[in-house]
Amino acid sequence: MTFFFQNVINALQWGSFYAMIALGYSMVYSILMLFNFAHGDIFMVGAYIGVGVATVLVTLTSSGAIVLPGWLILVLTILISMFLTSFVGMFVERVGYRPLRDAPRASAAITGLMIGIILETGNLAIMGATRVKFPPIIESVTYNIGGVFVTNKKIMIVVISLMFMFALHQFVQRTKWGMAMRAMSFDYVAVPLMGVPMNTIAAMTFAIGSALASVAGILFGIAYPVLDPYMGIVFGWKAFVAAILGGRGSILGATLAGFLLGFIEIFVAMVFPSTLRDLIAYSIILLILVFRPHGFFGEPYSAQLRL
Amino acid sequence: MLLSVENLQVSYGKIKALHGIGFQIGDGETVCIIGANGAGKSTALRAVSRMIPAEPGSKMTFMGKDMLRYSPDKVVSELGISHVPEGRRLFGNLTVMENLRLATFARKDRDKIEKDITRVFSIFPRLEERREQKSGTLSGGEQQMLAIGRAFMSGRRLMLLDEPSMGLAPLLMMNVFDALREINREGTTILLVEQNARLALQFAQRGYVLENGVLVLEGPSKSLLENPEVRNAYLGG
Repeated sequence: MTFFFQNVINALQWGSFYAMIALGYSMVYSILMLFNFAHGDIFMVGAYIGVGVATVLVTLTSSGAIVLPGWLILVLTILISMFLTSFVGMFVERVGYRPLRDAPRASAAITGLMIGIILETGNLAIMGATRVKFPPIIESVTYNIGGVFVTNKKIMIVVISLMFMFALHQFVQRTKWGMAMRAMSFDYVAVPLMGVPMNTIAAMTFAIGSALASVAGILFGIAYPVLDPYMGIVFGWKAFVAAILGGRGSILGATLAGFLLGFIEIFVAMVFPSTLRDLIAYSIILLILVFRPHGFFGEPYSAQLRL
Repeated sequence: MLLSVENLQVSYGKIKALHGIGFQIGDGETVCIIGANGAGKSTALRAVSRMIPAEPGSKMTFMGKDMLRYSPDKVVSELGISHVPEGRRLFGNLTVMENLRLATFARKDRDKIEKDITRVFSIFPRLEERREQKSGTLSGGEQQMLAIGRAFMSGRRLMLLDEPSMGLAPLLMMNVFDALREINREGTTILLVEQNARLALQFAQRGYVLENGVLVLEGPSKSLLENPEVRNAYLGG
């Protein structure tokens, strides 16, 4: 039984990573009908930016220039990295996708793949082939709760992720920008007729998605401190699966599907040899999609897309 | 002149939809464009609201400003031109209230917005009853009311209406046109396109007849209603 709960904790942690990345995929897809295949690499860039920001803050503190407690370094690292990574997202949208908005969707999709390769190899060129370590910001503390070992990091990762997911939900449901995003997901052609600047909403959506990906990157870096330029690829694919499984543009769907993915992966590995993990896990997901092709919360799409 | 259009040309790919049409609308007028299905009526409205690009050589000015320099959202938020598009295009996943509020996205005059919402509800009391309902669940008539209400919220110098009578029962149709008359009386200029030529000409002061992308006739509605060609082609003899 303790073994079971141990795995629940691990599944929640992995689910947090997947869900945070899936949200960016899902939002962009819902408002622009576009799979941003560079999103996994934006997660990677966000993690690296996080390393940079954290390193600067840690160095400043250890040199005595400023004195910041560990938790404040973490908060600042997250906020500053979100801010910086959002520009990466907006740049990708502006340069890669906006010129192709009326192009066939396949062109936009391969653009994403190309941008992803550029980000990966660009990172390799700048940072070199050595792996980058995330500086230790907070000390790991392990709690023993009835035989289940929980680290403060795992709790923090899950709590921070849930906080951001909740904040995003509130933003989308309660602000006029969120309302514009929802309207765009229904019928983006009619949105400018409301006086809404579509390009601003598109850029904003990329910015938010990228900022969340950078949070995921930082949290991942805290849990698994070694980063490499290709870390975003597999994460990107899996988060993409979660976004589709959640249903088109559904924030709740992407979140739940992200956690479901985490659970399936961890529990498959609990029963079967871990080399079979993804084989079995993704066969299960394939089966789910066969029976629910629109995902959990997706509605069969019916609105007209063009005038 | 409020709106002045000259030599407006629009193509969809290689097919020319408008062959250089021109028309003028004065402040406070009600004007209609009638014509058969596929004549280019909706295209003309889309060109005015900048939803589709006009070809080089086209000229459109609104209150003396060159409209071709405005993006579609600025046409609404800066020039005050609203467009009730073909098929209404409500955001079915948003509530009635949210649809109205979204139309004020770029507006800064908060107090006025609240007053305008009250005004929309006084014109269309049915919408107030349905304010928290998703617009996708409204009846056809209510959807048309909301589409007009939304346009009322977004821009009120000129309202472009694409087939407001489409799919409405006669009584509802009269309601909608009464509301439009009221909106016009409060200062909004109206340009509407209609397949239902009789209805449009009874509503508007002036009319244009569009055939295959060319304006072939224009005049006061009265004279168009009596014109034998118009009677034959559009009014059933």
